[in-house]
Amino acid sequence: MASARRHPAALALATCLMLSLSLSLVFFYAPLEAQEGFLQKIFYLHVPLAIITLCGFVVGGLMGIQHLRTRDDRWDLRSYVAIHMSLIFGVAALITGSIWAKGSWGHWWVWNEPTLVSFLIIMLLYATYQPLRFAIEDRERQARYASVFAITAGAFVPMNFIAVRLTPSYVHPRVLSSSSNLPASMGLTFVVSLIAMTLLFITLWQYEIRAKQARFALRALRARMDAAEGLSARPGSERSWVTGAGATEGPPPKQPAAEALST
Amino acid sequence: MSARTSVPQRTQPHVLKATGQARPLAGARSELEPHAPTANPRVAPGFGGALRALLRKELLVELRTLESVPGMSLFAVSVFVVFHFALNRASIDGDLAAGVLLVTLLLASLLGINRLFVADAEQGGFDGFLLAPVNPTALLVAKALALIGYLLVLELVAVPAFALLLLGTSLWPALPGLIAVLALADLGVATAGTLVSTLAVRTRARDLLGPLLALPLLIPVVIGSSNAISPLLAVHPPALGAWLTGSAARWLVLLALYDLVFGLIVYAVFDFLLED
Repeated sequence: MASARRHPAALALATCLMLSLSLSLVFFYAPLEAQEGFLQKIFYLHVPLAIITLCGFVVGGLMGIQHLRTRDDRWDLRSYVAIHMSLIFGVAALITGSIWAKGSWGHWWVWNEPTLVSFLIIMLLYATYQPLRFAIEDRERQARYASVFAITAGAFVPMNFIAVRLTPSYVHPRVLSSSSNLPASMGLTFVVSLIAMTLLFITLWQYEIRAKQARFALRALRARMDAAEGLSARPGSERSWVTGAGATEGPPPKQPAAEALST
Repeated sequence: MSARTSVPQRTQPHVLKATGQARPLAGARSELEPHAPTANPRVAPGFGGALRALLRKELLVELRTLESVPGMSLFAVSVFVVFHFALNRASIDGDLAAGVLLVTLLLASLLGINRLFVADAEQGGFDGFLLAPVNPTALLVAKALALIGYLLVLELVAVPAFALLLLGTSLWPALPGLIAVLALADLGVATAGTLVSTLAVRTRARDLLGPLLALPLLIPVVIGSSNAISPLLAVHPPALGAWLTGSAARWLVLLALYDLVFGLIVYAVFDFLLED
């Protein structure tokens, strides 16, 4: 991970190679499934997306624990970006899952399927993460409350799966228990797809963190420049890195915003 | 002026929990104890004393203002009437009855959850609590117990009203099982509800965020309780023993597991919400 942080381009290149390899395997190596035919290929996209989403939520919770333990704002940033990325991956998993369900079961949504339902509940819960975060103005409290949410929701993910899985299941394949029954060629393609999706997640996570850090640095430089020129600081330059795009009203900042966030 | 400036510097709560101390002043208390009686107001109360005082305050405020419980009960009865017209049914039983009862209780409990910390946030209750040398967990337990109390009163009104207005079968055979399920569900709603209420109360959009956060978190409670209750409200309900040894057992275990896990999570994170 440390080397990936120093060489983001190498990580991006490895991700591109793995994604190309996994798509090649999906389309040219893995055999056509007997019942579903070509439609089954979406399995290699949908299942890794869903697994990475859930792992991202849990990892976001672990980073929240780390933030509350160390009070280091970088852990809050990492947790925020992990949850943000997982939400995007989760929406993609829901869409691909719906397409698969329509093709294979004839319905866009199937209620008697615990895996789908529990995934939707988790997405609904995490959809409140950003509204909660942005509704708190104080920077320090915002980070603390977001971490508490990340921990609670991260623990809720496995519990929710247990609760929903207790209800009788009818149609959804048990991926983690049934993947061992896959033919070797399908299993290999699935594992490569999972690795490629993990790399994609890590790469995007790294780049978003870098983008946010660059934005803080720019704000700090602007604030310093304004102070040096004796100008009144621009409204909004004190904004915290997650309080949204709107300019804040009120008195000019007393100190550069970026000093509050040790990046 | 922000509340933080008026609050004296405190040791981090997670450090306190690890060392077993309640607050910095708790150390001073042990020195004072041999010389001063516990009734002395200058001496910091222990956990039990703080809990009693906070719970008494909660119930007294509710008794004097009547802000939560009457509203919740009236809301539940109104929702039954709405369900009657929306479903266009004079009486219901089985799955449908369990669903209507639980959805109504859940929506009514959201009203209580939303109001749980409003007075503390608006009238300086948090500041007062932070200045007092007591364990923050006492506030969590007191609020959760108060919420359980509100839910019990709500159910004392809502369940008979449901039996009178909508239920197509007799309530009596179902009552012992219903009480057991609702008790476990109340514990889960109170624990998760206290956390949600604390999270939402000091945000800009608390009226919106409270229900948005609470509903997905409480879905396992709804799954467990509605599955456990629905055979009891059927036209031919099973005997209590058969119900317990049948499918209900795993739903009761699920509810108990939810209560336990959420209790531990909320206990672990609650202090971090009370730092300013």
